Formats: sequence, C-alpha cells, structure tokens
Amino acid sequence: MVRAVRQDAVARSEVATPPSRRTQRIPAPLLLPAIAGLAFLVLPLAGLVIRTPWASLPQRLGESGALTALRLSLQTATIATLVCLMLGVPLAWLLARVEFVGRRAVRALVTVPLVLPPVVGGVALLLVFGRKGVLGAWLDATFGFTLPFTTTGVVVAEAFVAMPFLVIAVEGALRGADDRYEEAAATLGAGRWTTFTHVTLPLVAPGVAAGAVLCWARALGEFGATITFAGNYPGITQTMPLAVYQTMEGGDLDGAVVLSLILLTVSVTILAALRDKWITSA
Amino acid sequence: MTEVRPEPTSDPVVDAHLVVERSRFQLDLKLRIDAGEVVGLLGPNGAGKTTALRALAGLQPLTAGHVTLAGADVDRTDRRVWTPAERRPIGVVFQDYLLFPHLNAIDNVAFGLRRHGMDRRTARRVATTWLARVGLGEHARHKPRQLSGGQAQRVALARALAVHPALLLLDEPLAALDARTRLETRAELHRHLTEHDGATLLVTHDPLDALVLADRLIIIEDGRMVQEGDAATITAQPRTDYVARLVGLNLYRGTAEGRTVRIDDRFALAVADPTQGDVFVAFPPSAVALHPHQPDGSPRNTWPAVITGMQRHGDNLRVQLDGPIGVAADITPAAAAHLHLIPGRSVWVAVKAAETRAYPADTRNQGFRPTPP
Repeated sequence: MVRAVRQDAVARSEVATPPSRRTQRIPAPLLLPAIAGLAFLVLPLAGLVIRTPWASLPQRLGESGALTALRLSLQTATIATLVCLMLGVPLAWLLARVEFVGRRAVRALVTVPLVLPPVVGGVALLLVFGRKGVLGAWLDATFGFTLPFTTTGVVVAEAFVAMPFLVIAVEGALRGADDRYEEAAATLGAGRWTTFTHVTLPLVAPGVAAGAVLCWARALGEFGATITFAGNYPGITQTMPLAVYQTMEGGDLDGAVVLSLILLTVSVTILAALRDKWITSA
Repeated sequence: MTEVRPEPTSDPVVDAHLVVERSRFQLDLKLRIDAGEVVGLLGPNGAGKTTALRALAGLQPLTAGHVTLAGADVDRTDRRVWTPAERRPIGVVFQDYLLFPHLNAIDNVAFGLRRHGMDRRTARRVATTWLARVGLGEHARHKPRQLSGGQAQRVALARALAVHPALLLLDEPLAALDARTRLETRAELHRHLTEHDGATLLVTHDPLDALVLADRLIIIEDGRMVQEGDAATITAQPRTDYVARLVGLNLYRGTAEGRTVRIDDRFALAVADPTQGDVFVAFPPSAVALHPHQPDGSPRNTWPAVITGMQRHGDNLRVQLDGPIGVAADITPAAAAHLHLIPGRSVWVAVKAAETRAYPADTRNQGFRPTPP
C-alpha cells in the first residue's frame, strides 16, 4: 500500500515537470578539433585516391604480382584470425572468469604485443622459432619443420601481433556479460564446458565477432613482424604491405599507389560487409 | 514442528544448517523442508534470504554447517563434501528469470532436460508439454525478449520444474511483475506449487506472496531466524518490529503483571489477557483512537502524543505518532478533517484494553520452537 502511494507520487511528479527540450549549439572548442581530426584521418586516403594512375590501373591490376600478394594477404590474415580465435577466446575466458594467482600479470603480458614495435616482435619470434631458436631448433631436429621465411611463418607473425586485439575485445565482452546466466545454466545441470559452449559463447558472440574483425584487420596490415620473421619472398611471404613497401623502394610510386588502393578497397569492403552483418546486428 | 505431516517417519528433502560468513554479515539458519511442503523465507532486504537460497543451490559455498538434499550431503564443511550446482537435484527460478536470450521458450525449457541426459527430440517434446501446462503453448517459439514479464516468469517456472527437482528454489518470483500480472501469476504459481511433489523454498520480501503461497513461514533478520510458524500464528503474534510492520500491528515488549504490561519505567499498558513476565503486546492501528483532549473515564489506555507523519492506507489515513511509545493509528479521512490532524499537532491517544493481545516473549512457553531440532 505504501509503495503504491509512493508510485502515485512519482507518476504525478513526472507529469508535473515537462520534458526539457533545448537544442544546444556545439561548442567551438569541441567542434573545430573534431573536424581537424576527421580531416587528418581522411585526407591521406583522399590523396591516395587522387594520385592513383587510373589510366594504367587495369593493366597494373593484371600484373600477377599484385594479385598473388593480395591472395596471400587474405589467406594468411584469415588463417591467423582463426588461430587467434582458437587460442584467444579460451585465454580471454580464463582471464575473465577464473581467479588465479598472477592474473593481473598475465593480463599485462597479453597486451605486451600491442605496445611492442612489430619489428621487435619479429626479432623475438626469430629468437624462439628461428632455426637456432629455443623451440625452433627442437622443431627442426624432431620434425624437420621450420617456421621462418615460410607462409606459416607469416601466419605466426600476424597472429602474434593481432591476438591481443581479440583477447582484449572478448575479455571485455565476457566481463560485460551477465555471469548469472552461467549460474542459471549450472542450476539446470550444465557443467562448465557445456555452459561455455551453450550459454557464454552465444551471449558474447557479438563481442567475439568484433574482436575477430579487429584481429583480422590488424593481421591484414601487418608489416614489421612479418618482414623480420618471414622475410619478403614473392608468392611465399610477400603480403600486400610488403609488396607496397618493395614497390615503393624500387622507385615505382604509381605501382605502390595502386597496390595500396587495392588493399584499401578490399579491406574496407570486407570490414563494411562484416560490420553490417555482425556488429550492428548486436 | 508446526503441523503433523502424514508420514512423520519420512526424512525431510532439505536438512540444512546454513552458515555463511562475510566481512560484515553472517547467515546462520537451520532449515528443514519436507516433500510437498512450501516454506516461505521472508525478511527485509539484506537479511540473507538470497544468500540462503544460493547456498542451497550450490552457488554459494558454506563457511560452516551442512546441506543435505534428498538424503545426500551436498555441502558439509567438516567432511569437505561439496557438490556443485549442476549435480544437485534442484530447480531455481531467479528474480529476473535469467531466461537464455538466444534460445526460444522451448529450448530454454529443454536446456535442463538435455543436460539431464535426454535426447534432443524427447527434450523438446517434454518442454512443449511443460509450456502447454503453464499456458504458453502458442509462445513456444518466441525468444525471451518477445515475452511479457508474466510469460517469462512462467517459462522460468517450467524450465525449473521440467527436471523434476527434489528442491524448487524461488527467488522473489513475482517481484519483477506489475500489480495486475502479479495477482494472476500468483494464483497460477500457487497451482503449480501444489502439484509439485518435491520441497519448495520461496524467498520473498512480500508478505502477501508468502502468506498465499507458503505452508510455513520462516522470518529472518540479520541472517538469523526471528520467527517461524504458519501464517495465522505469525500474523496474530508477531515477535519483532519487522514482522509487526509486515502484518500491520503495533508491537511492544514489556514485563507483565496480570493485566498490566510495563513497557518502560514510565509507561504501562492495560491489556485484556492476564500474563506474567517477559511478554509482547500487539494491537492493530484500527484499535487506536485519537482525541483532541484527554478522554475521561473508561478502562482505556490514554496518553498524549505528537503526530509525526500521515499517509493514505486503503480508504483510511495511517497516522504515525510519537509519545511515551511510538504508535500507528488508522482513522477515517472525515475524522482526520474533524480533528484538524496535521504533522506536529498534539493529540490524545486511546487504546481499549480489550483490543490488545499479550503473549509470552519467551518462546519456550509457547507451542513452537524457533529452531527445529
């Protein structure tokens, strides 16, 4: 009864105060830097489009090198993303759901590749997986299997650099998800693995998708770690960014511009498509 | 216990001594629930109701004590026995239901059945039957976000009952519903609880839910049981301020000598029932009359008081008064207008001895024990 009276009072007060609708001007100290920031991000892309030698574009597109590099880029970035999903989602779950000693330290370690210059990452990978590296020597001796300067090496380099993006995105999604759904699953007889596959993962699917897209985009643009760890062999380890760099170094500015435009177009198209399908529907 | 069960030799479904210690809170509650019995766990916010439910469900480990469900120890700290929630014979209806948002109603209900080893087709068939039983046959393929609050509550109930739990746990099952849906859903819930042959623990802070749905009430405050009994006993003889407010009675504790109960050094109440020693005195706000001047004669309790607050209470006004003892009075709006009642005004309070009830505060002299053996 008391509660009903109180609700009445609330309802009345809401009616009494009309909703305020004031349209405010956007303050100049916010608007001007915002426009400058937008211009700073867009202008270089516009420059790329403006400088594109449109006349010779079809002929340059047909050059086998460009398409080979593009295919290698898309393949390695996609495989690297799958690797990151398989390893990164469980890692994110561990960080978000299990309390263990040193969890903060592990979380900090996961983000190290984010702040590490990719070239340094490539050197580090060589030290571990190189033919004389800690693990690489053993892999070579046991299986006759080497990673550096192979397509697999490209995937390893890209996964190393891109995985933190996925882990951070998925861990954030897991922390944001209501873990009481997992408790509800437990009261219905679901163990932790079943709960993860049947409840947790569907709940954080949009977060996983967003993380995978970020991860894929980062892998696609990877340069430093790849060129250090996997080298720059056309058809084997030469991805698009490497091809752009090599063409530019060779003095062919138009060629570099064309390659850049292709990479830009393909990645923007794919990201836009994924965004429509995954991110906005979430 | 409060009533005689048909099979007194059968073991209770729930036999628990729940002890959960936190930094500023301790729950210490002994609990027995028989098959077919619905126990209402009632208490103010923060009393430990939900903690008790979570301890039974296996979502909150005990600090000490034990939980025995259907004859099996599932949590016993001294023997390091621990059975996680997923292997306990329980069903839980959560306060906001927690239906899985990515599954439709059938798959939500089938979820528990699948985890209990049923194949997909059978689970879906049984789930469909359950949805029909709760009157949601045509909403079977709807996702939770397409269901109203009352419908979601029924899906949650079907999901919990479908696995035939030995113990059904309901956490404020009606709290999220609006007043009208609540009325219908309460009646519906009552029917399903009657049909449920396992034990049921209903956690609520709403006395009406508890009175309608539960066979027996346990009232806890600050993690301890303060009163236990059937609805009639508790509404007639509250033992704490919280319970008294809950059932709408003025409650005082004092020392009785025959028909006089001394509340403190300066104040005593005349009562109808002769008692001795430590007693409670209770009377309803409707038994309190207010007068502009000291009323004369008649064997009544009268004292001067100051109005501290007024609010609507049904068709009447409930007036809060401060004086030698605090008291609530229910009076008609006409009388309030006649007496020019406003907060701050001084009036005289009168209570007829015949409308008071006095009963021993020492529970050992009473028919019930607060903690079962």
